[in-house]
Amino acid sequence: MTPVIEVAGLWTQFGDHIVHRDLNLTVMPGEVVSLVGGSGSGKTTLMRQILGLEQPTRGTVKVFGIPLQGSSAQLVQKIRRRWGVLFQEGALYSALSVFDNIALPLRELHAFDEDFVHDMVMLKLDMVDIERRHAAKMPADLSGGMIKRIALARALVLEPELVFLDEPTAGLDPDRSESFVKLIQSLHQALNLTVVMVTHDLDTLVSLSDKIAVLAEQKLIVYGTLKEAIAVEHPFILNFFLGERGLRALSAAGASVKLNGRN
Amino acid sequence: MQQVSAPAVSDPEVRQTRTADGAQTVALTGAWDIRALESRARGLQSQLVQLASDPGMHWDLSRIQRLDHIGALLIWQAWGKRRPVQLALAQAHAAFFSHLDSAAPAALPTPFDALRPVRALGEAIMLTTEHLLGVSQLIGQILIDSIGLLRHPLRGPWREISASVFRVGTQALGITALVGFLIGVVLSYLSAEQLKAFGANIFIINLLGMGIIRELGPVIAAVLVAGRSGSAITAQLGVMRVTEELDALSVMGIPHTVRLILPKIVALAIAMPLLILWTSGIALIGGAIAANTQLGISVNSFFSGLPAAVPTVNIWLAMGKGVVFGALIALVACHFGLRVQPNTESLGIGTTNSVVSSITAVIVADAVFAVIFSDVGISLS
Repeated sequence: MTPVIEVAGLWTQFGDHIVHRDLNLTVMPGEVVSLVGGSGSGKTTLMRQILGLEQPTRGTVKVFGIPLQGSSAQLVQKIRRRWGVLFQEGALYSALSVFDNIALPLRELHAFDEDFVHDMVMLKLDMVDIERRHAAKMPADLSGGMIKRIALARALVLEPELVFLDEPTAGLDPDRSESFVKLIQSLHQALNLTVVMVTHDLDTLVSLSDKIAVLAEQKLIVYGTLKEAIAVEHPFILNFFLGERGLRALSAAGASVKLNGRN
Repeated sequence: MQQVSAPAVSDPEVRQTRTADGAQTVALTGAWDIRALESRARGLQSQLVQLASDPGMHWDLSRIQRLDHIGALLIWQAWGKRRPVQLALAQAHAAFFSHLDSAAPAALPTPFDALRPVRALGEAIMLTTEHLLGVSQLIGQILIDSIGLLRHPLRGPWREISASVFRVGTQALGITALVGFLIGVVLSYLSAEQLKAFGANIFIINLLGMGIIRELGPVIAAVLVAGRSGSAITAQLGVMRVTEELDALSVMGIPHTVRLILPKIVALAIAMPLLILWTSGIALIGGAIAANTQLGISVNSFFSGLPAAVPTVNIWLAMGKGVVFGALIALVACHFGLRVQPNTESLGIGTTNSVVSSITAVIVADAVFAVIFSDVGISLS
């Protein structure tokens, strides 16, 4: 199988400051991969580079087997239609209603009539559990949780194979955050998505991820399952997963994770 | 384009066959997903609708290689949004149709409103009243907050005022000079043609002097500043509203009227009269140069004739106008900036409204000045 994402020998440098040093990452179809790391470790930069919003200093990023740098604009455009992105603040177009926000990518294809677009938008609203009466509202009138759900519906409207989630549960209360995680889980199963997410929230991380990529010291110090990640001796991992907060999340998730005799 | 899954996937196709017992069967094959349908949707749609018009048709969807919601919805719409009686469907694809089954039909509410014109008029009147009230409230609030400033003059926003004077005044010198000069040249050229016909060449000095110093200079400078600085003030306050910076100031107990609005009003009230003098001066130079080439009046005699043609009180009147125009522009711009809602569209509308309203306010104020001072500085003694 072709990997969905292939990052090879990636360097990022801002002036003298090196963010990534020879970083490699491969994501296979159907996987849910979480990027974690301390503030300033370059998680968001890495994601923006995979999305083609920023250029790495050196190295290649391939998505669906196609390199983002050096490919024709047409080819890159085709890749862009095969992925969906959920931005941290939702990034709904504030000048458009909920309906028009979700309909925009479909209308841009100029392939379907308005009746089809209407039914598709309603179907996506159902999928993210938003009542149809909210379709005429403007983004400014919505709560944070609803904005995230609608942004997810917009990200999913072109039936992407790959979905990026930037801090999917940041700014949601624990209850909403849990239901949002369940929503992503069920959509992942139903649509067979590949998911790449950046998150700080341990509960989200534990319940969603197949694999965890830990960014520290300018590279991936671990890339593997939760169990493999925890097994690594590194100050960031000790702090993040095996601190008081981390242990609570791990035990709450009922993860059958051996802590290697550590406490 | 490379495919993720290895087995070759063929294009979506509709095949019509007749089975042994004589029933018509439609078999759909290939990939019915967005990638394949993007370019073929319209053709396939009409084909399906045509076939679906026969209710006895057997549908065989079991040989579809790939399906997503887009494909499922396309087929579903062709069926008239209900399942046909005879349907063969692959197990893995059943979920896409079950989503559609459960989806209740809904229409976006579009209520008809017979009283709309009346309502719109009422809303417009209410909005205007609201704006006037808002501006009065803002003036009142600034006055109340300024009283504290009188008691502690050292705590005043002097640095902000100085920075604002530089931004709205010094940095506007170039554009006002350019526009003023060109207006002076054009006005002088057009008047010269007319005056030459009557042999009243020398009156070009009266015409330009009076027109530019008393009316044109102040209004041109004010319109330019409204467009340049008024919009900037509205956008700045609007963005601060969007990013909650104004709220952050409030909770720190720093009144934004004193820190943000007062410095802008004072700065424009100081800079505007000076800009008017500058604009009028440059416009007169432009006018003098054009008069020299058109009518042969030397630049020297143009300016030596000016004091006799234009009473000095006109300059004071122009500067007075400048103070009022400057304060008005800043006040209107701040008022609209504070009303911006936290979304991008509102910011754009607010900025546009601010510029339009401040230019209108300037012209209305100019008319008021013209009426009040109708017998000041016009009669030649």
